[in-house]
Amino acid sequence: MYALLISLQSEFYKSRKTLAFWASILLPLVICAMVAFGFYTKSEAILKFHYSPQLLWITYSGSALGVMGILILPFYTIFMAFSVNNIEHKNDTWKTLFAQPLGKLSIYTAKYLYAVFLIFICLFLFAGFTYASGHLLQILVPEYKFSDYSAVDLLSKFYAKLFLSSLGILSVQFIISLIWGDFLKPMGIGFVGVIIGIIAASKGWEYAYMIPYSQPALALTMKKSAGGSDFFTQDIYASLIYAVVLFVIGYFIVARKSIK
Amino acid sequence: MSELAIETRGLTYHFGNQKVVDNLSLQIAQGSIYGFLGPNGAGKTTTIKILLNLLKSPADSVFIFGKEINANRIASLRRMGALVEQPAIYAHLSGKENLYNRCILLGTPRSRAKEMLALVGLTEAADKKAGKYSLGMKQRLGIALALLADPELLLLDEPTNGLDPNGIIEIRNLMIELTSKHNKTILVSSHLLSEIERVATHVGIINKGQLLFQGTIDELQTMNKPVVEIETDIVEQTLSILQGAGYHPEHLAGEPIRIPYSSKAETGRINTMLVQSGITVSSIHLVRKDLEHLFLDITKPN
Repeated sequence: MYALLISLQSEFYKSRKTLAFWASILLPLVICAMVAFGFYTKSEAILKFHYSPQLLWITYSGSALGVMGILILPFYTIFMAFSVNNIEHKNDTWKTLFAQPLGKLSIYTAKYLYAVFLIFICLFLFAGFTYASGHLLQILVPEYKFSDYSAVDLLSKFYAKLFLSSLGILSVQFIISLIWGDFLKPMGIGFVGVIIGIIAASKGWEYAYMIPYSQPALALTMKKSAGGSDFFTQDIYASLIYAVVLFVIGYFIVARKSIK
Repeated sequence: MSELAIETRGLTYHFGNQKVVDNLSLQIAQGSIYGFLGPNGAGKTTTIKILLNLLKSPADSVFIFGKEINANRIASLRRMGALVEQPAIYAHLSGKENLYNRCILLGTPRSRAKEMLALVGLTEAADKKAGKYSLGMKQRLGIALALLADPELLLLDEPTNGLDPNGIIEIRNLMIELTSKHNKTILVSSHLLSEIERVATHVGIINKGQLLFQGTIDELQTMNKPVVEIETDIVEQTLSILQGAGYHPEHLAGEPIRIPYSSKAETGRINTMLVQSGITVSSIHLVRKDLEHLFLDITKPN
């Protein structure tokens, strides 16, 4: 356990000056700021719809969530899985990392958990920035009714679901990035995966929930169709099963990995 | 005899079908500086990676301080520090941050990182990005990383690669100090004998994965058989006279005739015999190969 903690601490120390780490903070900040800016400048047009406070929050958060679920989250996840491993590939540091007196399981788990953590931080900040910017808009445009509804439950449900739905993609991409040190393979496979995922999800294929790349998009659409009642839907279970199985497979790959 | 720091017993390792290490039995005593010599591609780095358990060795073939490595991986690694091939450092972090990161992993206080920077002469460049370091500076940082945990056993894979002459001398002195004052054991690999013959107490020579020689530097010297080189005006006749007198001369085109040296008196007798046979001897003298040539002879492809 101690080895896992220091490995995690080291992952943070190594990556804190990299784009991957800052992307998890800047991405939600920039997207939320853009959406908020749109709602600020187009406030008159939006107010004409006379949204109820709840619907206003759904519309507002949906602007960020829509693109997130379909495009940005899958790509962001692919990039995180890549960068956590690439830091070792690029610097040829696998050999020193595995020559430290630490268990291989701890080193591997720390890397995986750190990638999970980066996705968590990103989505947590998305929820936080959406909440904060909604209330900021309320101050700037008093006609909005953001303050008449507590969006904490709504936002935390949406983003928690999105978080769980991303673990499947993360696990697939994590293994690909672990095995191959180059940029093209993980990104290329990921890109094709995302496109297949989008098509399968948007065409409503009945087994689309089995495709990790479809799961974030499904997590959101099913949420809407189910009226917010179901949290643990098929796609979430599928994503979690992928995560557990592939995490275990990844460990065996690491344990047998020869550092040439 | 003290406990061995490193012992391999008939170690064999394959990359696919290719045998890279062949029945290797290293014995490295504690407190020694073991020069691990061989041409490029001889299997040195592979062996070092096996000793670090980066490449998995067959059971009961590698022992670190008497303990089998696969069964005692973490305990063994705790006693070792290593520099393998080009130093592995995070290019986006400064030299100091590279050491701090290792401090986190090893539970070493950060003050130790500063001591190591001073030891390898990188204090002034401590805050510069390691990616912008020269090859020599990277090598020094790699050595600092290897020494950080104050390990009992150091594995240094061509540590003077890329260093200027001053740097090479500094590393040499550092190795001597570490073994003599701090009782460390060092395995240092090189493809140049001249680089380590002055510091190494023991030498292992490897080629094509096989250990061709293992022993002290003195033992290596005794393998070095002196010869008498003779230059005359008529080579063919000289050879037949020598053969007729029971010697076994060797001759390669364009080179002097060589016969094994036995004593000064014997050399004198050969000279007299040749002169009395009407041969003009322009040169006859004793030659002892330097270690470098001996090394080349040992490792030359047959």
